[in-house]
Amino acid sequence: MAQIIPLDSLKQPIGVEAMRAELAGGCAASSCGSSDGPADMDPAVWAKVKDHPCYSEEAHHYFARMHVAVAPACNIQCNYCNRKYDCSNESRPGVVSEKLTPEQAVRKVVAVANEVPQLSVLGIAGPGDACYDWNKTKATFDAVTWQIPDIKLCLSTNGLALPDHVDEIAAMNIDHVTITINMVDPEIGARIYPWIFHDHQRWFGVEASRILHERQMLGLEMLVARGILVKVNSVMIPGINDRHLVEVNRVVKAKGAFLHNIMPLISDPAHGTHFGLAGQRGPTAAELKALQDQVSGGTKLMRHCRQCRADAVGLLGEDRGQDFNMDKLPESVDYDPSKRAAYRAVVADVRGEHVAQKAQAAETVAAAGADEKVLVAVATKGGGRINQHFGHATEFQVYEVSPAGISFAGHRKVEQYCQGGWGEDATLDGVLAALESVAAVLCAKIGDCPKDSLATAGIVASHDYAYEWIEAGIAAWYAAAHPAAVRLTA
Amino acid sequence: MAYKIIGSQCTACGACEFECPNGAISTKRGTYVIDAALCNECEGHHAKPQCASVCPVDGTCVPA
Repeated sequence: MAQIIPLDSLKQPIGVEAMRAELAGGCAASSCGSSDGPADMDPAVWAKVKDHPCYSEEAHHYFARMHVAVAPACNIQCNYCNRKYDCSNESRPGVVSEKLTPEQAVRKVVAVANEVPQLSVLGIAGPGDACYDWNKTKATFDAVTWQIPDIKLCLSTNGLALPDHVDEIAAMNIDHVTITINMVDPEIGARIYPWIFHDHQRWFGVEASRILHERQMLGLEMLVARGILVKVNSVMIPGINDRHLVEVNRVVKAKGAFLHNIMPLISDPAHGTHFGLAGQRGPTAAELKALQDQVSGGTKLMRHCRQCRADAVGLLGEDRGQDFNMDKLPESVDYDPSKRAAYRAVVADVRGEHVAQKAQAAETVAAAGADEKVLVAVATKGGGRINQHFGHATEFQVYEVSPAGISFAGHRKVEQYCQGGWGEDATLDGVLAALESVAAVLCAKIGDCPKDSLATAGIVASHDYAYEWIEAGIAAWYAAAHPAAVRLTA
Repeated sequence: MAYKIIGSQCTACGACEFECPNGAISTKRGTYVIDAALCNECEGHHAKPQCASVCPVDGTCVPA
């Protein structure tokens, strides 16, 4: 696969042509955010989201985020969180993030900006609460923007301390704030939050959740009034707030939230969380999608969230955090804007083509004249292309295809099937389970053996659309799979 | 009349440090410690000791 330039090569001095080749051949990111493009959005809003991988599904193909864990203190206890680990709400539990001082964080951000030209967003998202541990959040943002003025800042909060800092957030040009809102009914909240720390005391039960709820709503309203985009994260907890999240969606939508991201509870006894130890299960992929579909009208729904770690670095779906641990960074590092600037110029070009082929793909599926709605899984390394070997995929991006169009439906994580060229049957069982209800898998390359196994399970696997744009490849497959309809239109 | 932090359980989140009205808490070898000479269990400031009220790990910030 000579046409693929590994992302690692971006660490080396690299020219604009090589960046262009990389995006064309395929490599950049995976999927995230609102799927709307510039035509669907207020220009002021588009300007804010177009380079943010978490807010724009389109942007996540090109731009990278990094999180710095500078604000470890938190003011609430959640039943899905064990503070020995990262918060499982904003980051996957199990490994503790490298906690950084604001000074260390600035050094890390500059080092990443020099080496990862896709970097567009710096977020503070746990462990802990960015608004409660405000002094460290503010010191970090102030120092980073002084060195890299065009970096976008975002933060994530449970909302309890948010109203105290909204004016400073607005003054610091923070365009994006995520509030985790799991309930709008304190009775339900009492089953999620055992206590909060507010106004110099610990509050328990329904009273704690009532205070939290009021502060969350106040914070949301204050941000919206100042034109700051708000994403609401909700953790879907079966039997506790799963049905209630429809009401949460209605309320946050009415109050002006830009995006609603419903995430599955991550629960495992090994994480030591209350829910994990109590045997509370997370939702299945089908339950999650059913809820997301139910609330998909109105507020845009984020389906590409990877629940990334609090110290994640890179495109969504990849994490290069380990490459930039403090012990790997030089003592001092100066910001060099050249690589990021060159990359942005290339992306501006490529994006036009990406948008045009999307529109073309929508016409193709509409013209197929079929009335079938199917799910298609794609193996991609980013850049919006079908460009990953089936056996190398650690996740598949799933799209829903019908005559109404092609829309991103979510991602399915799998154990990497192929390790060193030999497929393992045991792992393929996991892949088959993850691909439940998917009609076809499109990838850059697949061997005969896994292809046959997938066929036995009723899943078509194909590398006929290798290196196509994702939407174009799906549209071509869909049209070919409905030959009768194609004949009608021919 | 002072509190102490069980270092082996401390997650070093630092919430106690900035909640302490007496400036009695600081870091030492990766965790936080309370200077017993400065701690008065928040008497005259708050109804309950702030460090123990905010600490996320049960049984970690306790009477000395």
